[in-house]
Order: sequence, then C-alpha cells, then structure tokens
Amino acid sequence: MAASSDWGGSSALRPTRWWQMRRRSQQLAGLAYVTPTVIFLAVFFLAPLALVVRMSASRWPLLGGDKGFNLPDNYNAIADSSLFGPAVVFTIEYTILATVLLIGMGLGLALLIQAGGKWRGFIRTAVLLPSAMGLASASLLFWGLYSNQVGPINPILQAMHLTSSPIQFLEEPLSALWWTTFLIVWRFAGFYMLILLVGLQSIPRDLYEAASIDGANRWETFRHITIPLLSRSLALSFILCITGSMLAFDQFYILTQGGPDNSTMTIVQLIYHYAFQSQNLGTAAATSVVLLAILLVLNAIQFFRLRGADEAK
Amino acid sequence: MVIRNTPFYVLSGGLAIVFLFPLAWAAIASVMATPGSAQVTGAGLGNYRALFSWQDGLPTYFMNSVIISCLTVLVTLGVSLPGGYAFAKFDFPLRNTIFLATLAILMVPVATMLIPLFVLLKVIGLQDSLIGLSLVLAMFQLPFATFMMRVSIEGVPKELEEAAKVDGCGTFGVLRKIILPAIQPGIVTVALFAFLAAWNDFITPLILISDSTKMPLALAITTMREQSIGVIDYGSLEAGVVVMAVPCLLLFFGLQGQYVRGFMSGALKG
Repeated sequence: MAASSDWGGSSALRPTRWWQMRRRSQQLAGLAYVTPTVIFLAVFFLAPLALVVRMSASRWPLLGGDKGFNLPDNYNAIADSSLFGPAVVFTIEYTILATVLLIGMGLGLALLIQAGGKWRGFIRTAVLLPSAMGLASASLLFWGLYSNQVGPINPILQAMHLTSSPIQFLEEPLSALWWTTFLIVWRFAGFYMLILLVGLQSIPRDLYEAASIDGANRWETFRHITIPLLSRSLALSFILCITGSMLAFDQFYILTQGGPDNSTMTIVQLIYHYAFQSQNLGTAAATSVVLLAILLVLNAIQFFRLRGADEAK
Repeated sequence: MVIRNTPFYVLSGGLAIVFLFPLAWAAIASVMATPGSAQVTGAGLGNYRALFSWQDGLPTYFMNSVIISCLTVLVTLGVSLPGGYAFAKFDFPLRNTIFLATLAILMVPVATMLIPLFVLLKVIGLQDSLIGLSLVLAMFQLPFATFMMRVSIEGVPKELEEAAKVDGCGTFGVLRKIILPAIQPGIVTVALFAFLAAWNDFITPLILISDSTKMPLALAITTMREQSIGVIDYGSLEAGVVVMAVPCLLLFFGLQGQYVRGFMSGALKG
C-alpha cells in the first residue's frame, strides 16, 4: 500500500513538514481502507435509492423496462387502488397488535427470568430457541401446525374436550390476523425478552432495597422504579418492533398469501403484488417510496421521543 | 413456600411447552406418514428421501444456501473490517458523512430497495445470480457490521499499535498482526449475524432469484408447497423445515454464550 510507505515519518524532516506528511499519509490510508465501503454504498445503496425515486415517476413494466416519465400517474394509481388503503390500515392494525403482545410478553418473560427459580436457564433457552430459526421456516412450520389436514392442535383440544368445533386458524380475516401474530410472538418473544432482561439487570439492586424499606408494594416498585429505569430498553424495543411489523412480509406471504379476500395484505406484500402479479414496477416503486416516507416519519417521531426520554432523566 | 411456588412452576412449565411444542411437532411430523406424504405408513425417512430428490434435489438448494451465506459473510467482513478500521483509527475527509451514510441503510426498508435492486442487478449483469444476491444481503448487514467493527477496533489499546509501528509495521501490518487477533469476538458476532441473516432471508431471493437451480432452501421449500397439486405433502414440507432449522439450532447451541452476548451488545448499542 503506497499510503503506508511513510507511516511513522522520518525524524530528519522539520517537525511541521513531518506532521503534514504524516497527516496526509493518514488521510490517504484512511481513504484507501474506506474505499470498499464507499463503492458498496454508491452501487448498492445510493444508486438504488435514486433509481426507486426515478422508477416511481416512470411507466416501467416488469418486462420492457423504462417507458418514460409519467409523474404522477403511479402515485395516482396507488391512491385509486382498492388495495392500498386497506393494506395500510391492516399493516397498522397488525403493528399495534404485534407490538403490544410482543413487548408485553417480552417484559413478562424478562421479569419471570429475573425472579429466578430453578428452571430459569431452561425457560430462557426454550423461549430463545425459536429466535434462532428463520422467519420463513417458522412460517412454513406453523402453516403445517395450523392446517386442517395434519395440524395437531385441534385433535389435542378435542381429545381434552376443550373445544366442540375445530378452530379455523387462517380461514377468517380476524383469526388469520390473530394466529399469524401468535406465530410472530412465538418467534420473536425471546429476542425482546433478551433486550429487556439486559435493561432489568442494569437497574441497581439498592434502589429496590430502598423501595422496600420505604414500604412500597410490588406494583409500586414496578411502576415507579422498574418502568422508568427500563425506559431506554423499552424505547429500543418499541422502535425495533414497530419498524419490523410495518415491514411484515414473510409470515403473511407464507401463511395467508394476503387472504382471505386480501384481508391480510400488508404494504410490503402490495409492493410484491404490484411488481410481480400486476407486472408494474413503476407502481411498485411508488409504493416503495410511500413506505419509505411512512417509516422515516415514524422513526423521526420515535427518535425525538427517545431523546426526550433521555433528557427527562 | 410450596404453595407460593406452584403458580410459578405451572406458568414456567406451560410457557416451555408452548415454545417447544411447535419445534417438537415439526421434528415428529417430518418422519411420520400423512395423507399424500412419501412416508406411507408409520415412521421413517421417506419424507426426507422425497425431499432429497425433489426437482433439482435438496443438495442443490442446500449448497445454494451455504454458498449464499458464506459469500455474504466474506463480503460483509471484507468491507466492514477495513471500513471499521478507517473510521476507528484514521482521519480523512467526509469521515463522519460516510459513516452516517452507512448507518442510514438501517433507515431504509429492505422492501424499498429490492425493486430498484432487481433492475440494477440486471444492468450490472448480476441478475439471477448467487453473487448478486450475496452482495445485496451483505449490504443489508453493513450498518451493524461496520458499527461493530468500528467499536471493537476503537477498543484496541493504542500502546499495542505503537509498539507494532516501532517494529516497522505499516497500517496494514497493524491491522493484520495487532487488530485482527484482538477483535476476534466482534468478528465472530458479525460473521454469525451475517450467516444467519443470509441463511434465513426470504424476500430478497424471492424477488432477485427466478432460476430454480439457484434458489436457496427457504425459497425452494416454499415453491415446493405452491407447486404441489391436490393433496399437500406436509411430511416433506416439515422435513424441509427441519433441514432449514437444524444448522441454525446447531449454531445456537454451539455458540449460545456468544449468540446471547452478541444479541445483548447489539441490543444495547444498536
């Protein structure tokens, strides 16, 4: 590497020259090491980002490529589409449901493990195990688990006389949403448990001792010590969970294919639908841009809330 | 005491069953006979044999997944290691801008990038290829990887570097002889995350790969399900789930300490 040839410099030179040369060689070496990152950013991040904006303003069929500028036709097509509005509403509904359940479950599990007990290590491993699996394979697993043909849940419930009629897991819109969310809780609860457990373990012990000396009961301790001191971990969990849920795809693509009657179609599924079923990359790109805008706004709101929470401390 | 602890054990036991039951069921269903499965009666490896010879054969898809995951790890490390070194130890023009641009990848949803990447890969001649797919998957890993590498390298004591410089090491020598051995845990974490992310990714190959001989496992198994006519062969499907999950679970158990710690540090810093 040429830049490193005068690494360390030569003490024979006058001090200022020596520093200048050293600084220059430092800069060159730094630039050399960062070059792969810059090339990567340019080709695989900035170029596609510019291209998606360009595509969203063009007629661009899947086969045939760029057919010229047509702004704002693609955006109008989204607004007029009978799929877009319901997809946004459904994605938000799912995000709220998944976030509440996942963070509630994660917090409950973290508290349970924090409380200790003999089975602590075993429970932690059991809950974390699904997190090691891919979401697509977990979805395929649950597709079998929920099927009427081989699914074990209905036979077990019926054998225990807990249900009279079999559960229809994915056949109705509302139950499809619930059972898909159940899969997500199963797959991700361990991840949120870990984040919150790290937060719980960073709360100083003596705060709890002080609270118990002051005669605080369990609920008061939880409300006034645990929750405020967990706010950073909770905020992080919320950001990850909301962003992840807004981008839901694999689980619905595999479990419900957006059905029944497009009732479980998420925004990302809609992008896929426009691109490869309607074969219209322009509309798909416009939907991508709208999704990006929604997420940037959401992230900005959460970022400022996180900063606000930090300053309030 | 016993009475007070009973609800705790019931709750813990119930939770363990809920979380472990689906995994256990998949393992059992993959060896059992179901209507339409290759395993005709009782238990056996019939479903796995059927999966093994389905279309291009399980070995093809398995190897595709292995190649994609390994390439993603190599590219991720190949870019983030020098990148992290540059950000941690050198001062150069636009240093902070480039670093922030790398982190900005996190702000842009994968789904937004895939439609233009689908077009772009065609332009640079990498459409429908394992290399193109791996490069895209590595790009998604770049923010976390660069951040981890930068933080790990910043933690290497300056004295060690100075000593190496006195011994006549150039900047590359310092990277190879001093920094590389010192940041092994960070490298393992980044490699593990990149491997699992690439192994498990579904939407990226779904959009970027259409040649069936180049499909990774998750895409191939999903396609197998879609192409089955009439009775669905759940036996082979669950066998596929097991084949996909086993490497992940082995990595999990082999590196549980590392995995949990990596998760934790990622969670804290991310």
